[in-house]
Formats: sequence, structure tokens, C-alpha cells
Amino acid sequence: MTTTLNPTPPPSAPPAADERVARVGLLRRLVLRPEIGSLIGAVILFVLFAVSSTQFYSLAGISNWLDPASLFGIMAVAVAMLMIGGHFDLSAGVLTGTAGLATAVMTTQWGLNIWVALLVSLVLCLGIGFVNGYLVTRTGLPSFIITLATFLMLQGLNLAVTKLITGTVSVGGMSQVPYFDTVRPLFASRISLFGVDFKIQILWWVLVVAIGAWVLAKTRFGNWTFAVGGDPVASRNIGVPAARTTITLFMGVGACAWLVGSLKLMEQTSVQTSQGFGEELIYIVAAVIGGCLLTGGYGSVIGAAIGALIFGMTSQGIVYAGLDSDWFKFFLGAMLLLAVLANQYVRRYAERSGR
Amino acid sequence: MKLRTGAVVAASAVLLLAAGCSGTGQPPSAQDAGGGSGTYGYNFTVVTHGAAGDTFWDVVKKGAEQAGTDEGVTVTYRDSNGDPARQAQLIDAAVNENVDGLVVSMANPDALRASIEAATAKGIPVITINSGQDRSTEFGALAHVGQDEGIAGRGAGAQMAAAGVTKALCVIQEAGNIGLEQRCQGFAEGLGGSVENLQVENSNPTGAQATIRAKLQSDPSINGVLTLGPVIGAAAITAVGESGSSAQLATFDLNGDVTQAIADGKMLFAVDQQQYTQGYLPIVMLTLYKANLNTIGGGQPVLTGPGYVTQENAAQVQELATAGTR
Repeated sequence: MTTTLNPTPPPSAPPAADERVARVGLLRRLVLRPEIGSLIGAVILFVLFAVSSTQFYSLAGISNWLDPASLFGIMAVAVAMLMIGGHFDLSAGVLTGTAGLATAVMTTQWGLNIWVALLVSLVLCLGIGFVNGYLVTRTGLPSFIITLATFLMLQGLNLAVTKLITGTVSVGGMSQVPYFDTVRPLFASRISLFGVDFKIQILWWVLVVAIGAWVLAKTRFGNWTFAVGGDPVASRNIGVPAARTTITLFMGVGACAWLVGSLKLMEQTSVQTSQGFGEELIYIVAAVIGGCLLTGGYGSVIGAAIGALIFGMTSQGIVYAGLDSDWFKFFLGAMLLLAVLANQYVRRYAERSGR
Repeated sequence: MKLRTGAVVAASAVLLLAAGCSGTGQPPSAQDAGGGSGTYGYNFTVVTHGAAGDTFWDVVKKGAEQAGTDEGVTVTYRDSNGDPARQAQLIDAAVNENVDGLVVSMANPDALRASIEAATAKGIPVITINSGQDRSTEFGALAHVGQDEGIAGRGAGAQMAAAGVTKALCVIQEAGNIGLEQRCQGFAEGLGGSVENLQVENSNPTGAQATIRAKLQSDPSINGVLTLGPVIGAAAITAVGESGSSAQLATFDLNGDVTQAIADGKMLFAVDQQQYTQGYLPIVMLTLYKANLNTIGGGQPVLTGPGYVTQENAAQVQELATAGTR
């Protein structure tokens, strides 16, 4: 991934090719990877929480903190790719609610086949992603503003439309929907390992991370993403379809939001209109902890996954450590600050050693 | 350079450890286990859907922790900020830890079903509180402690009707909470007049104040406002004053501002579900169950409300509300 940023190998290589230089080169290459800071942070966190509670590293404990990590992690992949492409999506959190509500309303209220409903809500989410991307590319306004508008509109729609159709603020009864049993294994089954249940959403997460990492590192589209995020004008000048890339990235967020919304819906068999509200910041936090630059053009999907892992470990680790829940948000903030500081430090070190 | 990076990492670790220590080292009342009169030593966890720092839920927390001290049991309180997925994860974590008992508020029963059933399957007694009364026994909970929202809403409606209110606003401060919708429904039934629901944000009382004011100004025929939480209740008092409306006010739940307003005659009454007891009673009930296999309510909900705070008893309740137990 980073090679697209630094197409030329270290210039110092040819003349002084002794083993010392080679070693520095290796270390530098390692440290240049965007996810290295978050990886160090994740290891430290794991050790800290493991020291404070044996439950934390028991299989049941791991299954427990992989639960939030995977849900946030799926979104963090799409959000990180979008951020590498130079944009934000503040509507990402609420969109997971929209996805769940749409499926739930179509099946429980209108009697639509559950598979068709899932498909329709996927199209809806992709459509919202398309509109976000289209507006951003056509107007040239900051994505922050465009998606803030989408965020507010979706929040209102989620509440108003749901109440209009169902009369209440939450839609339940998914488990009574015909063919629910055919959908459930895909979204809400458990995989038993050594007597401990792991949710299938963890596999979805792994899959999404793998796809995201592959797309970013190995495909032309991945190169376009870095190029558009690094310098949209220059990339357009060399023939990168900037608008198409941006729109696709926004639609990627829509697809992931649909996945997360569906996972939550099938797991909980109900969805409330406030679902996902405020989570968009957590996705961004995960991406930033994972080494994505807020300015675009740099970052990694693996890093974002580790960022989500850090979030998951923290949110449940605080519970296992027996800390008073009043401190929860403080911890989260401290964790974010430390991770970002460590990232910055590593990056500066990398830059300096590159000279 | 490598050293410097190491230093940052080490410093981070120290900071985290220090913070971690201060959390466990400075015991909140919950960790005074054994310091109270009882010496049972059980380990109970309370997982609510409330937000951290919410005035209502802070009283629940106080009640639970006080009961922990009194009974000599350890009480750990967790909140999930209205996110059912998070609440389920927190319950799962408590089940992993093999706690001796669980107290769960069920604003979104479906989402918690699997987690609660996992707890009961493991033999951990569960008591539901606050909301979710209808589903409590179905999920295998020992008992439900709370207020029937429909009954409480109807009571509020009847009292407002008696005070001459014919057209009222029902101000909902937490989108997604079914209990609040039930209150407004009950309120409409009890009032018998016309009721319009108004959505505001509990975290933004100033905004709510402006919304209520605008509503009152645009429709002078509204002569009653029912808020469903004390924070918005206090905002509504100001809003009514600013709008020049003569609408009568009532609220669900208490805080210092509300009781003062009732004592001053600016507010008719507050429907008090006495949430302190929703924190306190389940801890006592769980202790009784663990020590003596006692169950209370026989499957019927144990009702903590509605109690009404009116001008007569406002002054006494005021002191307690200021102390954070009412």
C-alpha cells in the first residue's frame, strides 16, 4: 500500500550497501506501515487488561470483546477506505439503523419476503451511498457537510417513517417472519469453539477486512483510492476516474452499513429508531487509530481492523477490570489520544530515518 | 530513536496502569463490600440502558450501591447509553464472570433475550427493572421491579384533566424508548382530550426548551405540557414562562429543580416511580434469593410507582432529591 506513496526505494541504497544500512531499511519499512502503531497499542492493551482480569483472555472473554470489535470493524473497513480516498461519512452510523429498519418494516409490516427485503434494503443503502458520493463529487462541497446533512435527514427519516408505519419507535417480531430461519444462520448463528460460542459476525468481519485489504493493495481501484485521496486534481490529470472512485467508496460504506444493520437486526430480532446514532465517530476513531490520515491518501484496512479491535477490547476490558462505568468515556478518550500520539511518533521516526 | 518510541509506549502503559489503579484503588461505595451491616459477600451486576451521568439513572445507581453496602454484597453498575447491542455485550461479560446475580433494565427486550436466557440457563438469577415488565417472566427472570408505564401515564392524564387541561403536549426526550411511548399513550387515555407528542433530545435541554416554547407560541390552545423526564421538565418550566403561555405543567420523575417548581406552584405534580427503589430492591431480592431462596411478587411485577409529588409533600421530597436519592 505504502509503496504507491513512495515509488522510489530508499536512495541511499546503492553506494553503501553494508549490513547496517540493510537493517535500518528493514526496520524503516516495518515502521512505515500505517498499522504498526495501532498494533503496538493493541498488544499493550491486551496485556494490561489480561493482567487485571483472567476472564479477559479466557475464550469466553475473547468472544465477548470480539463482538463489539467485529461490528465496528466491518464499518471501520469501509470508512477507512473512504478516508484514504479523502472523504468522511458522518451518516455511516445512522445508515446501519436505516438498513435494519428498512428490512424490519418491509418484512414485519408489509409481509415482503425476507430475502427480497434484504436485497431492497441493500439497494437502498447503496443508493444512499451513491447520493452521498454523487453530491460530494458534483458540488465539490466538503464531504463533512454533505454527509452531515444525510446524517440528519436519515436520523429524522428513521424516526418519522418508522413511527408513521408502525406507530412505535422500534420494530420487533423479526423471529416470526417467514423464512427467518433461512436467514438467521447467515447473520446470527454461533460457532462453537471449545465449548464457547463465537458469533458469525466475526467471520463477516474477517471477510470484509480481507476484501478491503486486497482491493486496496492489489487492484487498480486501490491505487486510484490512494491517488484520489492524496491529490484529487493531479490524479484526475493523469486519468484516474476520480468521481467514479469517490462514489464507489461511498457505496462501499453503504454496503457495509447494510451488512452491520442486517447482522444487528437478525441477532436482536428487533431494531430501534435510534440505532447507530453516534457510532460514526467510533468508525472514524478506529480508522484513525489504525493509522489513516484525516487528510486522506494514507492508511490501511488492516490498521482500521486493529483500531476496531482496540475499541472492542477497551469497551469490554473496562468491564472485566471492574472499573466504575463512570470512567468509561474518559478511558476511551485517553486510549484514542495515546494511540494517535504513538502513531504520530512512529510516523515522525519513520520520516526522520528516511532522510 | 527506538528508545524514544519505547519511552512513549512505556509512558502510555504507566499512564494506563495508573488510571486503572485509581479506578480500583479508590473504591466507590460498591466496593465497600462487607463494610455495611450485612456480610453476604455476593457479587451482583446491574446493567441498565441508561446513559452515564443521566440524573434518573444516577439515582438507580445510588440505590443499588447503597443496597450493596447495606447487605454486604458487591454491586457493579454498568450503563449502555441506550444501545441494546452494547447492553447485551455487558450482560454477556457478567455471565462470563459468573456473577451471583444480575439486574437488567429491559427497554429493548428482544435484543437482550439471548443474553438473559444465557444467564438463567447458567443458573444466574436475573431481576428485570424499570422497563420490560411484559417480557420479564417469559425470559426466565425471577421478578420485575418497576412502574407500569401505562398505569402511570393514565394517572398523570387523569390528574391533568382534573386540573382543567384539554389539549396537551407529551414531550418525549429519548427516541427509541418504548416505555416513553407507552406513557404518552396512557396519558392520552387518561386525559381524554387531545395529546400531541413532541420529540426532543434529553442531552440538549436548551434545544428542548426552544422547541417547547415554539410549540406553545404557535398553538395558544395548548393548555398542558407533560414532560417524561426531569431535565426536560425543568426546561419546560422556563419555556412556558418565556412563551407567555398559561399551560399547566407536569412531569415524570424528579430532580431538585422539579421539586422546587412544584413547591413554588409552577408545576402541578411529578409522577415519581421512585427509581432509587428500582436500584435498591433488586439487590435485596437477589440477596434474599441467594441466601434463603425467597421470591417476591410471585411472578407479578413489584411496582415502585407511580407515586405523586405535589405541593403538599414537595418540600420533604426536595431535600431527598437534592441528596440524589429521589
